[in-house]
Amino acid sequence: MNSTLTLVAVILIIVAFAWYLYNSIIVAKMRVSEALSQIDVQLKRRTDLIPNLVETVKGYAKHEKELFEKVTEARASLVSAKGLSEKAQANNELSKTLKSIFAVAEAYPDLKASQNFMELQEEVSDTENKIAYARQFYNSVVLSYNAKLQVFPNVLFAKVLNFKPADFFGATAEEKKPVKVSF
Amino acid sequence: MNIYSAISANKHKTWLIMLLFVLIITTVVYVFCQALGYGLGFVGIALILAGAMSIGSYYYSDKIVLATSGAKPIQKSDNPELFRIIENLCIGDGLPMPKIYIINDPSPNAFATGRDPQHAIVCVTTGILPLLNKSELEGVIAHELSHVKNFDIRLMGIVAVLVGFIVILANLFTRQLWWGGFGRDREDRGGNAQAIFLLIGILLAILSPIAATLIQLAVSRKRELLADASGVLLTRYPEALASALEKLSKDPHSLKSASNATAHLFIVNPFKGKNTKQMFSSLFDTHPPIAERIKILRSM
Repeated sequence: MNSTLTLVAVILIIVAFAWYLYNSIIVAKMRVSEALSQIDVQLKRRTDLIPNLVETVKGYAKHEKELFEKVTEARASLVSAKGLSEKAQANNELSKTLKSIFAVAEAYPDLKASQNFMELQEEVSDTENKIAYARQFYNSVVLSYNAKLQVFPNVLFAKVLNFKPADFFGATAEEKKPVKVSF
Repeated sequence: MNIYSAISANKHKTWLIMLLFVLIITTVVYVFCQALGYGLGFVGIALILAGAMSIGSYYYSDKIVLATSGAKPIQKSDNPELFRIIENLCIGDGLPMPKIYIINDPSPNAFATGRDPQHAIVCVTTGILPLLNKSELEGVIAHELSHVKNFDIRLMGIVAVLVGFIVILANLFTRQLWWGGFGRDREDRGGNAQAIFLLIGILLAILSPIAATLIQLAVSRKRELLADASGVLLTRYPEALASALEKLSKDPHSLKSASNATAHLFIVNPFKGKNTKQMFSSLFDTHPPIAERIKILRSM
C-alpha cells in the first residue's frame, strides 16, 4: 500500500514536470518562429525595394543589362528560397549584386546625384542593418531555445517529446572571410 | 542579477513602493490628526487619496514625467535618422517600437519611461543629437531600451512620481521649519500654528531621508550598470557607449527641467556643477560614477 502510494507520487511529479517543461519549450519554440518571421519581414522589405532600384538605375544606365539580369535573378531566388540556409545563401547573393549596382552607379554622376537614387540607397542600407539586427535577435532566441533543450534533465524529455534544436541563421563561409581592403 | 530576475524584482518592487507610499502618507496624516485632535475621518480620506494617487501613477507616471520634463513627441519625418537607429535596435532586442520624445535643451541626456515595453517612451534632448556620432547614439539608445526590456521604466516612473511627491513636501516643510516659522516673527504667529508647522516639519524631516533611502534601494546603482551591459550585448560595441558616456559627462550644461524626483531616470546625472549642492543631494546619488562605468565598459 505504502509503496504504491510512493509510486503514484513519483509518477505525478514526473508528469507535472513534463507538463511544465513541454509548455515552456513550446513557448520558446514559438519565440523562435516569431523571430524568424521578423527576418522574413525585413527580407521582404528588401526584395520589395529592388524593382524600384533597378528601374531608377535603368533610367540613367541603360547598357548595364547584364547587371540588371543578375540582380533580378538574385531577387527571384531569394523570393523563392525555402528553408533557413537557402535563404541565408540567397540573401548573400543578393547583397553581392546590390553592391555591384552601387559600384556601377559611381560611374554615372547624374544617377548618383538623383534624389530618388539617394533615398533608395539609404533605404537599402537601412534594410541591410535591419536584417542584421533581426538575425542577431533570431540567433539569441535560438540560443536560449537550444539551451533549454540540451540542459539536464530537460534533454531526457526533449528526446522523448521529439523536440529538435533550431538552426542558427549563420554567416556563410563567404561572410566569415576577412574583408579585403585594397587601395 | 540577470535580466529575468531583474524583471520580476522590478515588478515586485513596484508594488512595494506603491504600498509604502500609501502607508507613509496615511501614517503622516494619522499622526497629524492625533496631535491636533481631529477625527479619524481625515485618515480615511488620506488613505483613499494616496491609494488613488498610487494607482494613478502606475498608469500615468510616464505622462507626468514627460510633462514635468517638457518633452514633446516627434514623428519619423522630424528625425528619420534617430527613428532608424531606434527601429533597428528594437528589432535586435525583439521590442515593439517605442514612442519618441524630444526635450529642447542643450544639455545632452536621454531617458526611457512608460509602464511596459508596449507603452514605452524613449526621450532624448536636442543637445545629445549633434554631440554623439551614430554608433555612440546607438550605444545610448540600446542602454535605454535595456531599461525598457528590464521593466526598469515601470519602477523608475512610479518612484519618480510617488517618492518625488514626498520629497517635495519634505523639502517644502523643512525649509519652512528652518527659515520660515521658526526664527523670525516668533511673537506674531499663534502658538498653535507654530506647533503644527513644527510637527509636520519634524515628521517630514524624518521621513525625507527614509524616502531618499527608498529611492536608493529601488533604483540601485547596479541598475545602470546592468543596462550598460545589456545595451552593449545588443550593439556588441562597448567602446561606443564608453565614449558616449565620456562626452555626456564632460558637457557642462545642466538639464533645466530635471528635478530630484526625475534625476534617476536619466542615463547620466542631469545636474552638473553647483546644482549638486542642493539639500539632500548626497542621498540622491542614484548614478554610479561615470568613470567607473566607463572603466567597466572598456574592460569588456
